Amino acid sequence: MSAPIRLSTAVRSSAARVGPGADEARGPVGARGEATRGPGPSVRLTSKDGAARAADSPPKVRTEGLSVWYGPMQAIKDVTMDFQASRVTALIGPSGCGKSTFLRALNRMNEVLPGARTGGRVLLDGRDIYGGGVDPVEVRRRVGMVFQKPNPFPFSVFDNVAYGPRRHGVTSRSELFAIVERSLKEAALWDEVSDRLRAPAFHLSGGQQQRLCIARALAMRPEVILMDEPASALDPVATGRIEDLIAELKKSYTIVIVTHNMQQAARVSEKTGFFLHGELVEYGSTEDMFTRPRDPRTEAYITGRFG
Amino acid sequence: MRSPSIAGRRGGDGPGPGGWTARGRRAPPVLRPGHGPGRPSQDGLAAVKRWRQRAAFAVLGALTLLVLAPLALIVAYLVVGGLPAISWEFLTRGPSNMMRSGGIFPAIAGTFLLVTGASLVAVPLGVAAGLYLSEYARPTLFTRLVRLAVVNLAGVPSVVYGLFGLSLFVVFLRMGVSVMAGSLTLGLLVLPVVISSTEEAARNVPQSHRHASLALGATRWSTVRHVVIPGAAPGILTGIILAVSRSAGETAPIMFTAAAFFLPRLPGSPFDPVMALPYHLYVLSTEVARADPTLRLGTALVLLTLVLLSNLLAIVLRARMRARYGGGDET
Repeated sequence: MSAPIRLSTAVRSSAARVGPGADEARGPVGARGEATRGPGPSVRLTSKDGAARAADSPPKVRTEGLSVWYGPMQAIKDVTMDFQASRVTALIGPSGCGKSTFLRALNRMNEVLPGARTGGRVLLDGRDIYGGGVDPVEVRRRVGMVFQKPNPFPFSVFDNVAYGPRRHGVTSRSELFAIVERSLKEAALWDEVSDRLRAPAFHLSGGQQQRLCIARALAMRPEVILMDEPASALDPVATGRIEDLIAELKKSYTIVIVTHNMQQAARVSEKTGFFLHGELVEYGSTEDMFTRPRDPRTEAYITGRFG
Repeated sequence: MRSPSIAGRRGGDGPGPGGWTARGRRAPPVLRPGHGPGRPSQDGLAAVKRWRQRAAFAVLGALTLLVLAPLALIVAYLVVGGLPAISWEFLTRGPSNMMRSGGIFPAIAGTFLLVTGASLVAVPLGVAAGLYLSEYARPTLFTRLVRLAVVNLAGVPSVVYGLFGLSLFVVFLRMGVSVMAGSLTLGLLVLPVVISSTEEAARNVPQSHRHASLALGATRWSTVRHVVIPGAAPGILTGIILAVSRSAGETAPIMFTAAAFFLPRLPGSPFDPVMALPYHLYVLSTEVARADPTLRLGTALVLLTLVLLSNLLAIVLRARMRARYGGGDET
């Protein structure tokens, strides 16, 4: 499999050199310390410094003039947008407004779809992920994704979570087990499945499957997690658990979530962006957006006049 | 979870003559509440519907049974007529007395060799091509042409393959009438089926699994290797076994390229001719005067048994792989 790749090694060594306090000084490559992917409790800088620096630090992800076309149809029009680390940003908008397309542009998953083209820049820690010499595989390792419908592989629970690390060269049984355990615990699923790691993932309930998919993404120790309507296929109870989980995860990860459900956006996010016809109509703090929308179209949407 | 049966997955193959009988009837009158007097009561209408339903199921069921009849009759005919010929000697000895007695071992072995050779040719090529078409090929004119060629190749009559093999392998490449030439010809015959079933099986792997894998930073090939191939393996394997076992019964392609009229020993090299069950059957039926019909039917019974056994193997393997893939270890 592919050896640990350029970017991540750079991140790792810089993380080793500078201590947690010198977070800002790390500059463009300075990811939140991606210290180990190995076993055991890993050293990672979490909410404390993340929250402190979020206001003035450079954005974790920034799009500049991002456009996406499907064939002749322009799905995303010139969107410039910042995403802060350790924050949940919600993207809302009516069906077909391009919010999922936008999300997929953030980890180059649009390339997988035939006929899609991307223009503009997406900066991850200041570096353009569409730039020359950037491997989409490495981008997707750093920017994980959770899909709308739970899509576990038809393997066991264990093998689902271990899938990513295995593809990136982790073979040791104990190391894999440590990763699986940590990821399942992070995804608040461990207590429910610890005694049936060998059971097929399909035997889990829908909500458990979605948390399994989150655990699977977490196993790669991503820096950013993209969630495309992660709870839309789930019942209210399962949805509540996913939302609790998001609140927990944002301490350690930058989260961008697409949602159809405005209450959900209000509940889980700090910032909200409203998309309409491929354009970013309004972007600001979630509270402002839902109490004092600036744009009449935003107001029309959140008060339920269309959508 | 997907677990369509072979018939279900192949669509057109399934027995379909029931459809028009049921559809040919006139639709029941549309029920409009409060629409004039004299319409049948709710209960009466329900009874009529129930009756129609039962009748339709009965007709469909009867027609399905009718489909089974030919197979049952063929098997019964061969068992009754051919079983007396089956004996240890019949299966392990060569023919004697100008094929009027003795066994068919060289033909069994020859068919086995030809089928193995054909698999060696068709499986690697066909699986690779099928995976390429499903996973890598962009929808260009070229890949459209390739697909068209595959479909048409599958429709070429087997005797044409025989003539092609004769001129290319036997004559032009100087292989002579041999196991080699016959295997290559049979392999070509099977190839389009292996390609199509591989492509179809790969396409049946949900797109969401590929996306999940790619989103985890797996490469394209890694995704094919660890998600697509395991998911498609039962379908691929079934396609291969069905195609290859069918080729075991083909006569025309080996007639000019591999089969010996009478050769009471095994080939010493890939460039020797062999006897083969279907051709032997053809010879027994047409060339041997006053042949014992039980020998003929016995040979047919052996051939049919081999084919049915390998089909059974396909079904068992597929079921086991499905079970393993659904829940078990990723390899």
